[in-house]
Amino acid sequence: MADAIADTRRLYTKPQNLNDAYGPPSNFLEIDVSNPETVGVGRGRYTTYEVRLKTNLPIFKLKESSVRRRYSDFEWLRAELERESKVVVPPLPGKALFRQLPFRGDDGIFDDSFIEERRQGLEQFLNKVAGHPLAQNERCLHMFLQDEFVDKNYTPSKIRQA
Amino acid sequence: MNFFGFGQTAEIDIVLNDAETRKKAEHNSEDGRKDKYFLFYDGETVSGKVNVTLKYPGKRLEHNGIKVEFVGQIEMYYDRGNHHEFVSLVKDLARPGELTQSQTFDFEFTHVEKPYESYTGQNVKLRYFIKVTITRKLSDITKELDIVVHTLSTYPDLNSSIKMEVGIEDCLHIEFEYNKSKYHLKDVIVGKIYFLLVRIKIRHMEIDIIRRETTGTGASVYNENDTIAKYEIMDGAPVRGESIPIRLFLASYELTPTMKDVNKKFSVRYFLNLVLIDEEDRRYFKQQEIILWRKGDIVKKSMSHQAIIAAQRFEGSSNPERSHSQSAEDFPNAMTGAPSEETFTDPDLEQAVNAAQR
Repeated sequence: MADAIADTRRLYTKPQNLNDAYGPPSNFLEIDVSNPETVGVGRGRYTTYEVRLKTNLPIFKLKESSVRRRYSDFEWLRAELERESKVVVPPLPGKALFRQLPFRGDDGIFDDSFIEERRQGLEQFLNKVAGHPLAQNERCLHMFLQDEFVDKNYTPSKIRQA
Repeated sequence: MNFFGFGQTAEIDIVLNDAETRKKAEHNSEDGRKDKYFLFYDGETVSGKVNVTLKYPGKRLEHNGIKVEFVGQIEMYYDRGNHHEFVSLVKDLARPGELTQSQTFDFEFTHVEKPYESYTGQNVKLRYFIKVTITRKLSDITKELDIVVHTLSTYPDLNSSIKMEVGIEDCLHIEFEYNKSKYHLKDVIVGKIYFLLVRIKIRHMEIDIIRRETTGTGASVYNENDTIAKYEIMDGAPVRGESIPIRLFLASYELTPTMKDVNKKFSVRYFLNLVLIDEEDRRYFKQQEIILWRKGDIVKKSMSHQAIIAAQRFEGSSNPERSHSQSAEDFPNAMTGAPSEETFTDPDLEQAVNAAQR
């Protein structure tokens, strides 16, 4: 029952293809929420944000896209994902109802610092969601990110890769 | 005899005959302390002396018998009253009568069967002890001496590697390999993780050792999972074609041998959990059971003859009644690489994402 020293040599591995080692990684996905613009006048005003996407993931139809979305579109997306997928959807930045009340000292929901805070929260939200393998299967996410308009009467469905 | 504490009483002291030469082993107590106890193996004889010392010399100690027991029992923490004794040997030391002076009794339990390893866990405890009882009308005087039992196995005949491809369709495919399916407690897990497809942003990867203690039977089965170790094997983002080596030394962790269905009361099983964590803190994991067994130490000349016999009894043991024997037994999951649980799940999900598998 002699005690041999354990063999801890590495297992054999296939040498890596140099293209794989030095080529662009297959997980490139960048989402930016930027350029807030307030449109409309008076009480009908609202702010839209540019949602820009760059990727090499095959599940996205367009490798580059840019759309404009408002806060209620994000709320719609979050509700759709909660209902349709099994993902635990991260929270959105706050709805800021207080800021919508009259007689405020500042610009309410059109205040620059508020918009910037909201912009950051929306960007974090999208990055978290768009990278989720299950969320990537949802039609609503692709429509939100890459279609020009969000059709709230769409039929929810799953994307299947060819 | 007097009721107010002036009655005669005695102190019992149990001393093993080979106390000088017998090795001691560390064992965790229920509250986490580590104590040392005499170490025994299956088949070894347990012999010694019982010293009964009267507290008040000169006074008699009346009793209804003095006996010594060797007990192996399983205790469930949620049902403390019921002990399940799987070994119970008794020897009478003295018939009912009286002791007029302190006395020493010899005892020997020859070639005692000790089929299971001592175990102190989260919900169950298996222990062996010598117990001396002086039976009296009103209150017995007892003393217990706990011992620790280790079960030994030899190198298994069949010990294939574990190699499997798992993943999430179109997102992440990996092939993992561990060099063996059965490891002894001082062994090294040598393996590798090979990335076939990486479409998620992985931040790091670790291997956890999980102990699952299962108690209860039928409808009331209770599993308690305990992460014994977390060992980071990769920090950073891998790409396709990369191979990450694994070298995990088991001796640095507190592990016990795999115990399956001990006396039909409990099981202790070990799993390797491979965990990948992405940039958004999502976790993807794959659990794989491994069998742990205890290798006998090098037999030195000074070791007791009994222990040598005991160790030899385990060579290639395939006695079907000994459910603890690990060398020849074919455990369900590991051998052919045919997967038992193929799911690759993110704890955020409520349902498993089905793995792509060749």
